[in-house]
Amino acid sequence: MSTATHPTAHFDLQPTDGPGKEQLLELSMGPQHPSTHGVFRMKVVLDGERVVRLKPVFGYLHRNHEKIAESETYLGSMPYTDRLDYMCSITNNWAYALAVEKLAGIQVPERAEYLRVITGELTRLQNHACLIGFLMQDMGSSGTPLMYAFREREKILDLFESLTGARMMCNYMRFGGCRVDLPAGWLDQAKKVVADFPRFLDEYEQLLVSNEILMDRTQDVGVLSRELAVSAGISGPMARASGVDYDIRKVDRYSIYDRFTFRVPLGSHGDVYDRFMVRLLEMRESVSILEQAMRDIPSGPIVDPKMKIRGFRPKPGEAYGRIEAPKGELGFYLVSDGSPNPYRYRVRPPSLINLTVLEDLCVGRNVADIVAILGSIDIVLGEVDR
Amino acid sequence: MDEKLKNELSKQGIFTTTLQNLYNWGRTNSIWPLNFGLACCAIEMIATTMARYDMARFGAEVFRPSPRQADLMIVAGTVTKKMAPLVVRLYNQMPEPKYVISMGACAISGGPFKQGYNVLKGIDRFIPVDIYIPGCPPRPEALLDAFMELQKKIDEQTLTGEKRPRHLNAGEPSEFVVPRYGAHDLEPTKNPNLWKAPLVQISQAGTDESGSH
Amino acid sequence: MNLEAIKSEIEANVPGCRLELVANPSPSGQHSLRTGAEHAVAVAVYLRDAEDLRFDFCSNVTGIDWPSREVSQKVKVRKLVDGVEQEVEEVRKTALPGTLEVVYHLFSVEKKHGPISLRMSTIDRDANVHLPSLTPVWRSAELQEREIFDLFGVVFDGHPDLRRLLMWPDFTDHPMRRDYVDPDDYEYEPTAHDEVLRRAQQHRSEADEEHPGEAGER
Ligand code: SF4
Repeated sequence: MSTATHPTAHFDLQPTDGPGKEQLLELSMGPQHPSTHGVFRMKVVLDGERVVRLKPVFGYLHRNHEKIAESETYLGSMPYTDRLDYMCSITNNWAYALAVEKLAGIQVPERAEYLRVITGELTRLQNHACLIGFLMQDMGSSGTPLMYAFREREKILDLFESLTGARMMCNYMRFGGCRVDLPAGWLDQAKKVVADFPRFLDEYEQLLVSNEILMDRTQDVGVLSRELAVSAGISGPMARASGVDYDIRKVDRYSIYDRFTFRVPLGSHGDVYDRFMVRLLEMRESVSILEQAMRDIPSGPIVDPKMKIRGFRPKPGEAYGRIEAPKGELGFYLVSDGSPNPYRYRVRPPSLINLTVLEDLCVGRNVADIVAILGSIDIVLGEVDR
Repeated sequence: MDEKLKNELSKQGIFTTTLQNLYNWGRTNSIWPLNFGLACCAIEMIATTMARYDMARFGAEVFRPSPRQADLMIVAGTVTKKMAPLVVRLYNQMPEPKYVISMGACAISGGPFKQGYNVLKGIDRFIPVDIYIPGCPPRPEALLDAFMELQKKIDEQTLTGEKRPRHLNAGEPSEFVVPRYGAHDLEPTKNPNLWKAPLVQISQAGTDESGSH
Repeated sequence: MNLEAIKSEIEANVPGCRLELVANPSPSGQHSLRTGAEHAVAVAVYLRDAEDLRFDFCSNVTGIDWPSREVSQKVKVRKLVDGVEQEVEEVRKTALPGTLEVVYHLFSVEKKHGPISLRMSTIDRDANVHLPSLTPVWRSAELQEREIFDLFGVVFDGHPDLRRLLMWPDFTDHPMRRDYVDPDDYEYEPTAHDEVLRRAQQHRSEADEEHPGEAGER
């Protein structure tokens, strides 16, 4: 076991800490801090500008999702999953539906799988675009990239709204399918949005990829090694930026992802710049998946006709289902005791687990780098604290 | 001043106003919100400031990261019990006159997470709220509407008399009690001077069993 | 992957270790292995390092609370009834002691297989809630074990930084346990019935005390 993978113990800086420690300063960043993406807090020990220790403090958005789910029916938890990672409600729905489908052995009709892929990949597009915008905002480019990202996001949210009735909290999936079929003209509109998207990507790339300041601030900052990434359970674009070739869409081949050709971008340095680039390239692949899916979508039912929503009681047992959400591996672990409510309902939150290595990435860097590193991890507090 | 005379003068290039109008004009059109998001509703708050909804039209795009420079706190999201003392402290740190918009079901009452053991059932248990926006999350248009409501409210305030803002009233508190973390819950669980359990009519639903989901 | 084979492989390689195969009747077919606390770390290291297994990615760590409960089983027994031997049904009750269970879901990034689940249980729910920490084996367990310590009260021996994760440090309860009673601070559902009605009425009388003179309709 390499020492790099060893977490450090808790600390409380004491004034009596003795010689050599007089220089140190303990700083509390957050929970109200413009760059913490919500109510995240870090206790940082500084030696001058340099980070000596860093401990994240969680729980400022702990909304008791798992406890509440134990007193809800299975379907009753579906709207709550929207509010986990509130940038990507549809992929949250998907992961939960997948876990329940495993638990109860439900099949999903083909058209519904296509709808899931289409809405899921649209979600990935808007998540990554916004993440990059937020990252740039945190590093001081006030506004422009974020404005561009939100401009694109609004177009995608329009699609979600006309499909599901809500901009953010879509509540779209059902066990064994989807809630509603596409309204008339939706597919054409979506094709147009997807066809326009590469223009935005070109614009983004032109603006950012070889930007001198961006490269200075992100290259060789927050380097995550491949070994640590695997051992610390890092998943999603963050792991792939460190060269871990692990995309659940390819590994598990869940849903119908084996029908599409797409590549998995990998980074080689594992720094902030790679994490940014992996996301940028992933958006291109998502666009290509979307094009294929919208070309091939068949007609048919959108929900398993045998599925009954009322009185849904899976047999006793348990299941773990996971998908490649935009943030990483989003999993749901359900234990059923045969009653209408899950006995235990657990969310595997990629945002939380990706934060495991935050201290390892930040130690030795400057304070300003913390902001860039945190931004590149891509957290949403609703999912970190649940 | 006579309205007619005022109009006449303004045609000649002379503008007259009262101190009160000037004061309110300044305050209504440059509300600086605190840069502070709690949960999902904060994303809609950000969307409101972005190109499509453009909150800058109301003079309110200057989100300040420090409470010392802000006039308006938009409580956008679920206030957990762990977060509540910090929200109250931030509010206490803001200079007067200050206003609070409670955005979303969570900030009003706990919303969908009402049963949660760590969820505060409404921020108005600890700080005074001026505008409530229902919704989960409220659309950006709803936030803009709340903004215009707030502007109206500010505009109606006078410098003296009954309708003066809170900070010009010596009897009103300028700071609110910050709860402490207790062994099981916050202590106190609410500010009794601010919030009282509402009187609601209890109707016997009888043996209605369809109510549970 | 054949769980039977893995089980016997581990038992052959970790001296003194006995594993139990826990069947999962659900269609997911995700069965699991239960290990005792004393061999847990060795089993985990073997799962991670063995050439053909390489479960290097510990994805998910879950706590589950099982309060003590009675399981009644119907069994047929032969008995002398009125001098005649007969087959009668008897209800046998077995009291299962309460435990806190921890489940690890493992995948292999290298071999791209999984999941298998590894389970451990504490002896009871009050005094003997210690389990070995697997954070030294898989770093990803660090925050998740802290969460379980916080919400369930399992003490992970060997964890480098075992503090509450989500609740504040002075909090004394373990809210994800089934018998946790949350603070009674929500009320007045307009569609009151059953338990909510009882609560609403109770809060109503408190509200009456707070609003003296404003006797509302009841
Ligand atoms: S009201 Fe709804 S959208 Fe807003 S914070 Fe609460 S759960 Fe999230």
